[in-house]
Amino acid sequence: MSDRTTKTGTPIETRHLLHSSRPIFEQGAPGRSGASLPPLDVPSVDPAALFGDGARATAAALPEVSEVEVTRHFTRLSRWNYAIDLGLYPLGSCTMKYNPKVNERAARLPGFAGLHPLQPPSTMQGALELMWRLEKCLCELGGFKRVTLQPAAGAHGELAGVMMIRAYHAHRGDGAKRTKILIPDSAHGTNPATCTANGFQVLTLKTGADGLLSPPAVKEAIAAHPGEIAGIMITNPSTLGVFEEHLGEIADLVHEAGGLVYMDGANFNALLGKVRPGEAGVDVMHINLHKTFTTPHGGGGPGSGAVGVGAALEPFLPTPTVERDDSGHYRLEFNRPTTIGRLRSFYGNFGMFVRAYAYIREMGGAGLTKVTEMAVLNANYIRARLVEHYPLAYDKPSMHEVVFTDKRLKKETGVQTLDVAKRLMDFGYHPPTIYFPLPAVTGGAGALMIEPTETEPPETLDAFCDAMIAIADEAHKDPDVAKNAPHQTALRRLDETRAARTPKLRWTRE
Amino acid sequence: MTQHRYLPHTDDDVARMLGVVGKPTVEALFSHIPERLRAKRPLEIEALDEGALLAHLGMLGARSQPAIGAVSRDGAALSFLGAGLVPHTIPTAVDMLLQRSEWYTSYTPYQPEVSQGTLQAIFEFQTMVSEILGLPVANASMYDGASATAEAVLMAERVTGRRRVVFAGAVHPQYVETMRTYLSAEAATAEQLADVERHVGIGADGRADAAALEKALASIDDVACVVVQQPNFFGVVEDVARLAKLAHDRGALLVTATAEPVAFGVIAPPGATGADVAVAEGIGLAIPPTCGGPGVGLFAARADLVRQLPGRLVGETVDKDGRRGYVLTLATREQHIRREKATSNICTNQGLIALAFTIHMSLLGKRGFTEMARLCLAKTEYLKGKLAALPGFALPFAGPTFNEFAVRVRGGDAVRVVEKLAEEGIFAGVPAAAPVLGNASSKNDRDLLLVAVTERHSRADLDRLAARLDEVAR
Repeated sequence: MSDRTTKTGTPIETRHLLHSSRPIFEQGAPGRSGASLPPLDVPSVDPAALFGDGARATAAALPEVSEVEVTRHFTRLSRWNYAIDLGLYPLGSCTMKYNPKVNERAARLPGFAGLHPLQPPSTMQGALELMWRLEKCLCELGGFKRVTLQPAAGAHGELAGVMMIRAYHAHRGDGAKRTKILIPDSAHGTNPATCTANGFQVLTLKTGADGLLSPPAVKEAIAAHPGEIAGIMITNPSTLGVFEEHLGEIADLVHEAGGLVYMDGANFNALLGKVRPGEAGVDVMHINLHKTFTTPHGGGGPGSGAVGVGAALEPFLPTPTVERDDSGHYRLEFNRPTTIGRLRSFYGNFGMFVRAYAYIREMGGAGLTKVTEMAVLNANYIRARLVEHYPLAYDKPSMHEVVFTDKRLKKETGVQTLDVAKRLMDFGYHPPTIYFPLPAVTGGAGALMIEPTETEPPETLDAFCDAMIAIADEAHKDPDVAKNAPHQTALRRLDETRAARTPKLRWTRE
Repeated sequence: MTQHRYLPHTDDDVARMLGVVGKPTVEALFSHIPERLRAKRPLEIEALDEGALLAHLGMLGARSQPAIGAVSRDGAALSFLGAGLVPHTIPTAVDMLLQRSEWYTSYTPYQPEVSQGTLQAIFEFQTMVSEILGLPVANASMYDGASATAEAVLMAERVTGRRRVVFAGAVHPQYVETMRTYLSAEAATAEQLADVERHVGIGADGRADAAALEKALASIDDVACVVVQQPNFFGVVEDVARLAKLAHDRGALLVTATAEPVAFGVIAPPGATGADVAVAEGIGLAIPPTCGGPGVGLFAARADLVRQLPGRLVGETVDKDGRRGYVLTLATREQHIRREKATSNICTNQGLIALAFTIHMSLLGKRGFTEMARLCLAKTEYLKGKLAALPGFALPFAGPTFNEFAVRVRGGDAVRVVEKLAEEGIFAGVPAAAPVLGNASSKNDRDLLLVAVTERHSRADLDRLAARLDEVAR
């Protein structure tokens, strides 16, 4: 906001300029290019002579702009984004923590960035060693026997994990019968989608009034489908930000019924050094390197979804694995007879491995434990400061995130979750995750799921809480301000209905 | 412990915050975790300061020889590696722009008012993919080319209500392997897989055997799609139009998979030759090869298939004041809305790599994209001619190629030749039988070497490879 209350004699502070940038296809001029290509130093070849009808008739209508225009365009567009480096990004379940700068430098070292995945393994020993070492670190953190780094993101890791569960049952001759997987209603949408993609039927478990999954509910579901349970997918801490205290009993029940336990590790940031899931009854878990281990979200990827397994699922890991010989030589192992196969080309999002490994090694074991402690302290601090203003969805102790509802605010002022979210932008914050998890939004209530992460200093949390309180106060005086928010952003609320009704998914000349 | 640079809390901060929270100690925040679930011992990972960390990582980096140098060739090999990842020169501006915090430290653009930068960039990405692949709609990207191919097959099954897939010609073994993994829900055993997945081989010209495909399609029903790689694994340019007609005549879709989209600077795009769905791997045009990932899967399709697309889509709309803006749209296909009924379980896309692709395509532009393709083509033809003239070497396929081709090496052992040349800093290519290609690779063609040539190679580089191959292969 402009500050027009400056002292006499000093220039008035203004917001600096925020340029818009028309689609790149509407810029430049025919024939212009920002390319720098070498001259042709061999005889020229006519594509039409070589390919005949198979030659391209008309060139792809790519932009026609110089490097200056490209640089301005993408610099200007970048400024229309919120980012962690600009401020708090309290998206629940997304773990938007600071992305260390040194990681970016490390990933760009020529001995990492310049490697071709198919060069002879003898010429990429350092990369294989880094993968081997990262696997060892993740095994240490998660209490697992082995970890595959191959999946490209969390959901891809889920796919791998559930495939291994299916392979396990098939290998035991039990595959045809074990067709069902238990999933609590608080789960991320990827969990049920993953199970369907794997041919499993999803049995939804209702969380209790306290937000926790209860052993009797699990027992009942197992009893209703004897011999048919392949496993359970459980998120811990759950998406409600509460620790599933009965995980041990639930794991016992599922194991007794012949099933396996998948833990969604999206919220692993709450557990470092405190709980090692592989020792607590979990057979398989994916770890989002882009959440807990600081690899940048990049506006929606790339992620990296390593998967840890215990002894039961080790035989089914994707290929290749990285192995170290006694001589200290590293190699790729393709010969794993019961593998589920590969989930993508090459070895995974290697550039993310370098960043995650750099972070883990910089923090060390004690540092990572403190990461979890400060993440949980920060969430509980926000909870304590806001609970008088926004009722909790669940009253259980919070871990790394806390879920509030708009029940009271909506009833008293008509201002609801979406309005609070949009109004937060005017105060300079990215909104929290909203209308999730599902158990918190039953009966027309809205939910605000706040995960501050450990990298935020208390002053930032205080300023954010002040903004949340100011929004609630303002809603009582003048609810329209929030209902029409945001007011300070470059664009106001966007018409999502129109976008879906007549989809325009690419630029075209008007 | 002392305060860490990424953890702002001083002891005083912690004490004050605990007071507000109403807990005596930090440990008390975890007191509700049952004993049986607690970690049995502290974590054993040693911490490093920045200097020690960079020294450690620098040492690991130095244990590999890069195929591509950071700025110049400085210490990197002379590389002709491709086979699914053909690295091109990435202009400096691309990485400089990517390193703006507003790009790489932002999240998925679920809140459009504060994410217009990412949304508009993805909209432009979708437009470029649509242009390059010649199909009207493209999504916000997939993990990579291999998983995009698998998702295309699953999409074809949804669209047609059928379940079989036919691979026509030489398809990258890792793409085939990935698709098998994705199909394992419906084809878990070898017998089931043999029923679901069929293969039609190549003819003498290296292209998919169209007559064999026609025969195969006539003899089996329930075919959801025919998958063809364009250009194929051996670099040969396929007659997609002909294969598409055969597929369409039997009610199946035609899916093309491309590991080197620069090809579409000179050869007809899949959409113009009858493909219903086209996917490609874009890493070689976006970032350095980075040991194969993160990549970026391009995914385009016919307009009427838009509601069956996997992954995110950005659409144009207006804000409250009527100004042009962009939002994520048609989310009712996706897992966070549809849960178990979603078109795919995919959530994260490859946003930053898609952005790198978009910036590079903006720089290259209409003229540069074509020019890059023509450079690749001319240099490849030059090297092909040189190698074909070497005694004991032969080009096994008569079909035209773009910037990668197969050559039979003298002596019959491509793996050995590659290892030998690697010792002198030349990565001569990828042997078709290379173990690193994985479990679906052809172990029979031991003498076949895949050589990839781009604008990065000078005539002297090409002459040097030919001379060294002539010397080393015996």
